[in-house]
Amino acid sequence: MNQTEISSIPQLLPDFVSSAVNDAERTFSLYVHVPFCLTRCGYCDFNTYISPDMGPGASHDSFAATAIKELEYAATLFEKSGTEPKPLHSVFFGGGTPTLLAAEDLTAILSRAEQLFGIRSGAEITTEANPDSLTAQSVQELADGGFNRISMGMQSSVGHVLQVLERTHNPDNIVTAAQWIRAANLEMSLDLIFGTPGESLEDWQASLDTALGLQPDHLSAYGLIVEEGTKLAAQIRRGVYPNTDPDDQADKYLVTEERLSAAGYRWYEISNWAYDPDHRGIHQSQHNLAYWRDQDWWGIGPGAHSHMAGLRWWNAKHPAAYASRVLDNISPAIGHEIPDDDARLLEKIMLGVRLAEGLDTAVFEEYDPETAQRAKTEAELLATQGLIEPSALDRGKIVPTLRGRLLDDAITRRLAGF
Amino acid sequence: MSPVASNPPQPGSTDPSVIRNFCIVAHIDHGKSTLADRMLQNTNVVTPREMQNQFLDSMDIERERGITIKSQAVRMPWQVDGTDYILNMIDTPGHVDFAYEVSRSLAACEGAILLVDAAQGIEAQTLANLYLAMEHELEIIPVLNKIDLPAAEPERYALEISNLIGVDPDDVLKVSGKTGEGVEALLDRVVNTVPAPSGAVDAPARAMIFDSIYDTYRGVITYVRMVDGRLQPRQGIKMMATGSDYELQETGVYSPDAIPGDGLGVGEVGYLITGVKDVSESKVGDTVTSKQNPAPEPIGGYREPQPMVFSGLYPIDGSDYPALRDALEKLQLNDAALSYEPETSVALGFGFRVGFLGLLHLEIVRERLEREYNLDLISTAPNVVYKVTIEDGTVVTVTNPSEFPEGKILQVEEPMAMATIIVPSEFIGAVMELSQSKRGQLKGMDYLSEERVEIRYWIPLAEIVFDYFDLLKSRTKGYASLNWQRDGSQIADLVKVDILLQGDTVDAFSAITHRDHAYSYGVKMTSKLKELIPRQQFEVPIQAAIGSRIIARENIRAIRKDVLSKCYGGDISRKRKLLEKQKEGKKRMKMVGTVEVPQEAFIAALSTDTDSK
Repeated sequence: MNQTEISSIPQLLPDFVSSAVNDAERTFSLYVHVPFCLTRCGYCDFNTYISPDMGPGASHDSFAATAIKELEYAATLFEKSGTEPKPLHSVFFGGGTPTLLAAEDLTAILSRAEQLFGIRSGAEITTEANPDSLTAQSVQELADGGFNRISMGMQSSVGHVLQVLERTHNPDNIVTAAQWIRAANLEMSLDLIFGTPGESLEDWQASLDTALGLQPDHLSAYGLIVEEGTKLAAQIRRGVYPNTDPDDQADKYLVTEERLSAAGYRWYEISNWAYDPDHRGIHQSQHNLAYWRDQDWWGIGPGAHSHMAGLRWWNAKHPAAYASRVLDNISPAIGHEIPDDDARLLEKIMLGVRLAEGLDTAVFEEYDPETAQRAKTEAELLATQGLIEPSALDRGKIVPTLRGRLLDDAITRRLAGF
Repeated sequence: MSPVASNPPQPGSTDPSVIRNFCIVAHIDHGKSTLADRMLQNTNVVTPREMQNQFLDSMDIERERGITIKSQAVRMPWQVDGTDYILNMIDTPGHVDFAYEVSRSLAACEGAILLVDAAQGIEAQTLANLYLAMEHELEIIPVLNKIDLPAAEPERYALEISNLIGVDPDDVLKVSGKTGEGVEALLDRVVNTVPAPSGAVDAPARAMIFDSIYDTYRGVITYVRMVDGRLQPRQGIKMMATGSDYELQETGVYSPDAIPGDGLGVGEVGYLITGVKDVSESKVGDTVTSKQNPAPEPIGGYREPQPMVFSGLYPIDGSDYPALRDALEKLQLNDAALSYEPETSVALGFGFRVGFLGLLHLEIVRERLEREYNLDLISTAPNVVYKVTIEDGTVVTVTNPSEFPEGKILQVEEPMAMATIIVPSEFIGAVMELSQSKRGQLKGMDYLSEERVEIRYWIPLAEIVFDYFDLLKSRTKGYASLNWQRDGSQIADLVKVDILLQGDTVDAFSAITHRDHAYSYGVKMTSKLKELIPRQQFEVPIQAAIGSRIIARENIRAIRKDVLSKCYGGDISRKRKLLEKQKEGKKRMKMVGTVEVPQEAFIAALSTDTDSK
């Protein structure tokens, strides 16, 4: 653990902060990572821990205070750089399972953030939640404390699929939790996973139908990625489960698009759909869009990543290491990078082409004429091949077609020239 | 009385009557090097303390493989009945790839020790070299080695040898290089039975080159056997085959280190240094004579090295091409049989078409390039040389399948080999079945003993070069030993099979095969490539074709999903790094038309596998 490593973030930050703050186009969001879960799911490689107490400042009870201390530390860095942060564009509590903390802890962190940075009116304020860790009362407390959106990890409605994923929540609890969320007048998003080993096309359709029955405002549907080092990866390697099949995931993705669009949902990012029958651009996650639009955000909590105008940094991963640095008034950041122009261009491409609003072809023109020319030729070829929308291209936007969405990484590579 | 010579004759002034030149004919692992070590010790040429195991093999690869690649000669004094003798032990390569070098080494000797492992009996390669030694009319001293082994059956194998060369089983010496038992008796036997060299002392000098090696400090060191006359430092010499002249800078003998002297006389074995930098200037088999007083006739038996097997060698990293060229140049300094010329391949980029004496030669060269020059290489499937007659009667020599003429072909001539296989008799059926499937013609079969059989097949060299030996080994549980020699050629129904990706020929995979085997080659390669080439954004047909006729086909289906559904939240760097990794991976991709083929796929597809037929 890098207890003594001196973070270079406090020195580097001022320049980037001021250029972020002075750019009227840039928005500023907040992410809070809560690194606790009750059990670890077999497919999960997130930075989360099942121990409720990992030392001072790193337990269920003390974590909120640590997070608040880091917020205050962040505010001092703004102060030192002589700039004032913009009011928060969006706030997102993710994990882990943020709702393992008491609702009052979550609202306390949120209200401290509001005191320190301000929150713009209409900002989206989300917490992720496990249905098992919600109560009618806690949902109401979150609503009263300023949250206006809850994102629940549902993953599937099918018992044997949940078993492979090692999700322990009771599927009935989703239904109850959805009612509480509605009653509290919060927006609701559901996360689903498709392509789990053993999941049939019918299983997936059943999950979609169940999710749609709950009338969420927003749906995320992710094709399962088997990450190195997870229990599921080991089980697949040992032959306990078959590996995921890209063709199966492609089929399920097409079914997803078909069902969701028929039900009034519109895709706005590869894996995200908003309930928006009249195409008004509503219910899209403002926070996630901020990531994909290459905006700025501060990440609070262990392992959280931050971005300010081209400076990326990340905190110590382990909650104990993180907390001890925060409590010692040392920056919890243990690494950073300033991607060079090539890397920045690649980032912009890979993020932009995932969106329905598309990648602005201006990013190539800003780079250099030669790159712009090459990208133009490639984009025209992609349009001819049916991978991007020709009409959008005419407007200077690169927007993947349905087939292109499934080959989005290939589009990225080709536009990036490799 | 010590048998070690007390006052041995000096180089350059040794009476031919006390010289004994001999070599050891043995199979790999039969203990030649250990026996040679023991002889060096017994004659006090090397003290036990100085003893480096297997003194005669100086290259790492040789020591590891237990194969003597380059021959050397060591001068050993030995006393019998009060007379000091000089024994010149000439080390010979053991492998068929170096048959010509073997023949020149044998030509430098009057006697040969036939060394056979007392636990294993004689092997095919030994037999081939034994026959060669007998053709050179060498005095054969049969010896069973490793009699200290518990599994040794000296009586049984003495009988086998006596059947082979017609000696009394009792005359087969029994030694152990390891313990030293019987080695002194063997040295005595060499003195008593190997004839002294005969040559004309006053005739113009003639020395036969039996080896030449490149030394970084000295340039080329030429090993010679003096036949007639005398050579001495500072005299002008002439290589009779190449016609070039040099001044002799140094002569000497090895015992075991180089000992410079004032010349070499009739029957002596030693070295010459002329300052030449390239072994191709000092060719094995050539005759060295005096420039002022040249001999009218060379010794005879000289032959240009003939590469029999060709393979494309390509650097895996294209930027290593100049390094590969330099490395080949350096290897050639020491290997006159190595020939190469630049070639380009659509699939593999810039490389060289390299000619080898045989498969072992290929493997050794490749390994030395990789090990000593730190190069990562792909080699294409080895092939032989074909003579193709096209419609207008022109004969085209094809050393690379991609040069196989298009259009109407009158006939194709392929090189043949006489293969000698020695196996336990229970495997006769397996050997015959395999050899027939490889288009071999049975030419004879002899029982060496009740249990062991020598089988002879006339078989296309291409089959041997391809996978015959591997299959032979696997079908005889490793018991078969194989030897082969080039033996004429035959006209056969041969075709070129091309492998096409998306309609484009992948030159590295083209092969010349018999028409009956074309289909199975096509099926094998297309299905192999289907497994190895990742799915692309479009469907990729893989076809095998003879001319324009498709004989096998597979399809790589288009990839339908190439997107990571999650963007890893705020960890943008992670996703970007995944893409950057793909970019690195892409550098190792070769483009065949519009198809991306990973380098690994070429390597895997080109690597021979023994499981397939």
